[in-house]
Amino acid sequence: MNTSTDHGAGFGWAVRDTLAMTGRNITAMRRVPQVLVFSLVQPVIFVLMFRFVFGGAIKVPGRDYVDYLMPGIFVQTMTFGAINTAIGLADDKGKGLLERLQSLPMTRSAVLGGRVLADSIRNLVIVTLMILIGFAVGFDTHTNAIMVVSGVLVMVAFGFALSWLFALIGLSVTNSEAAQAAAFPILAPLTFASNLFVDPSTMPGWLQPWARNQPVSVTADAVRACMLGGPTASKVVPALLWSLAFGLVLGPLAVRRYRRS
Amino acid sequence: MTSPAIVAEGLVKHFGDVHALRGVSFEVGSGTVLGLLGPNGAGKTTAVRILTTIIVPDSGRAVVAGHDVVASPQSVRRSIGLAGQYAAVDENLTGRENLVLIGRLNHMGTAASRQRAVELLDQFHLTDAAGRPVRTYSGGMRRRLDLAAALVTHPPVLLLDEPTTGLDPASRQDLWDVIGSLVADGTTVLLTTQYLEEADRLADRIVVIDHGTVAAEGTSTELKARIGGISAVLSLTDASVASRVADLLVDSHAVIGADDSTVVVPARNGAATVRDVLNRVDAAGIEIVRLDMHEPTLDEVFLTLTGSRS
Repeated sequence: MNTSTDHGAGFGWAVRDTLAMTGRNITAMRRVPQVLVFSLVQPVIFVLMFRFVFGGAIKVPGRDYVDYLMPGIFVQTMTFGAINTAIGLADDKGKGLLERLQSLPMTRSAVLGGRVLADSIRNLVIVTLMILIGFAVGFDTHTNAIMVVSGVLVMVAFGFALSWLFALIGLSVTNSEAAQAAAFPILAPLTFASNLFVDPSTMPGWLQPWARNQPVSVTADAVRACMLGGPTASKVVPALLWSLAFGLVLGPLAVRRYRRS
Repeated sequence: MTSPAIVAEGLVKHFGDVHALRGVSFEVGSGTVLGLLGPNGAGKTTAVRILTTIIVPDSGRAVVAGHDVVASPQSVRRSIGLAGQYAAVDENLTGRENLVLIGRLNHMGTAASRQRAVELLDQFHLTDAAGRPVRTYSGGMRRRLDLAAALVTHPPVLLLDEPTTGLDPASRQDLWDVIGSLVADGTTVLLTTQYLEEADRLADRIVVIDHGTVAAEGTSTELKARIGGISAVLSLTDASVASRVADLLVDSHAVIGADDSTVVVPARNGAATVRDVLNRVDAAGIEIVRLDMHEPTLDEVFLTLTGSRS
C-alpha cells in the first residue's frame, strides 16, 4: 500500500484526524459522566482501606504512611485507567464503528492516537481529583508545585504508554466485556506485586526484584521523589525510559494490529 | 451499461480454514443498483469489506470508481460511502456531531462538515433529533443517520451492507425511498440483502452468491425465468388422483407438486394451456378441487439456486 503519494495521509492530516478523534472521545466521555464517577470509586475505596484500615499496621521507612500510599494510589489509578483504552476500542469494534472509520480516507493511526490521547486527558482529570482526595485524608507534598506537576506528568506519560498495550488488547478481543476480563490478569501482578502499598523489603526474597523493578513500581518511585523529595533524576529517568520503551514497542504493534483487523 | 463503477474479478478471501470467497466476479454499471443476494455466511459482507478497502483480498482484483482497492485505497475511500447492518454511529454523540465527525475525517473542513450535516439531517428528517445523543434514537432513526453518514461526501458509489436488516416495515419502506432517490440522482449502489423483496424492488441486476461463489446472475425477471414461468396448480382430491392426472398430462411436463395431492403444469401459452389442461382432465372424468395460477417468486429462485448447493 503506497500511502505516501495518497492525499490525506500526510503529517498535517494525521494531526487533524487525531484531534478530531480525540474530540469525539472526550465528548463521548462527557456524555456519560457516571463512568468518570465510577472510575473514582475503586481508588477511593483503596484510599479509605489503606489509610484507615490497614495503614496503621503498615510501616514504611522514613515517612508517614499516607505520604507513601497516595502516590502509589495515583499510579494504581493510572494503571487501571488504561483498561478504558481497551474497553473503548473493543466497544467501537463491536459496534461496527471501526469498520466505518476504516472505510474513510482518514489517517489510520488517528483512531488509536485519538483514543490514547483522550484517555490521557481523562487520566489527568482523575489524577487531579485523586490528589485533592489525598489532601483530604492527610496527604501532603514536600516539594514545590513544579515538582508535583512533574510527578503528575510522569504518571500521565506512564498511563499513555500503557494505553498502547491496552489498545492492542482491545483490538484483539471481540467486545468490551472480554477486554475487561483480559486486562485484570495483566494488571493484578503489576499493581499488587509492587511497591504501591507496602515496602517490598517486607516481601519474600524471590518476589523483591520484581516488586522493586517492574515498571509500575519504578513509576511510583519517580512520583514519590517528585512529590515527597529526595533524589529525583535517578528515579524519574528510569520511569520515563520504561514509558518510552512501552510506547515505542507497543504503539507500532497496536497500529499494525489495527491495520490488520 | 456504461463503464462499470465497480469491477470485482476472481475475488478470493479466506480466514483460516473458512473460505469466505472462492473466486467471485461481478460488475456494477455506473448509476445502476446491483443486489448481492445470499444467505448468512455466503460471503456478501466479505465482498463489501474488500470493496471498501477494509480488508485486502488473498487474490483477485477489485476496482471501485476507477481505483484499484489494493493499489490506491485512499482514492477508493474518497469515492465511496458505506452503510452497514450495525448502524455504525457513536451512541454518545448527537446526530449532528456524528455527521460533522465523519465530514472532518473525510477532510472536508469543519465549516463545510457542519453545513453538510445540517443538509443531511434535514433530508433524513432528523433535524428535531439533531442535538440528542444517538442512544435516544429509535432503530429506524439510527439507520437513517447511518445512511446519512455514508452520504456526507456525495460519494458516487454507495455500498450498503444489509441496510434494512432488523427494521420494521415502515422504516424499511422509508429507507427504500431514500435509496431510490439516490439512484435517481445517478449514484451507483451495491446492496447486499437477504430480503428478496428488497432486491426485487431496488436492484437492476442481482448476483446470487452462496458458499463464496456466484450461483447465478441476472435481472430479477431473468432469474425467475430460470426456474420456469407461470404455471397452473391443480388441487385434486388425493394423491392417487394427482398421480393419475400427472400421467395424463405428462406430455405437458406436469409434475406432482410439493403437496402430494397437487399437480403443477407449466403454462407456457397462458390461458390456452390452462383451457387445454382443464378440458383433458374433464374429459377423463376427474374432478378438480381448485385451480391456482402461480408465478415464481425470487424466494423460490433463491432456494432453488442455493438449496441445491448446500
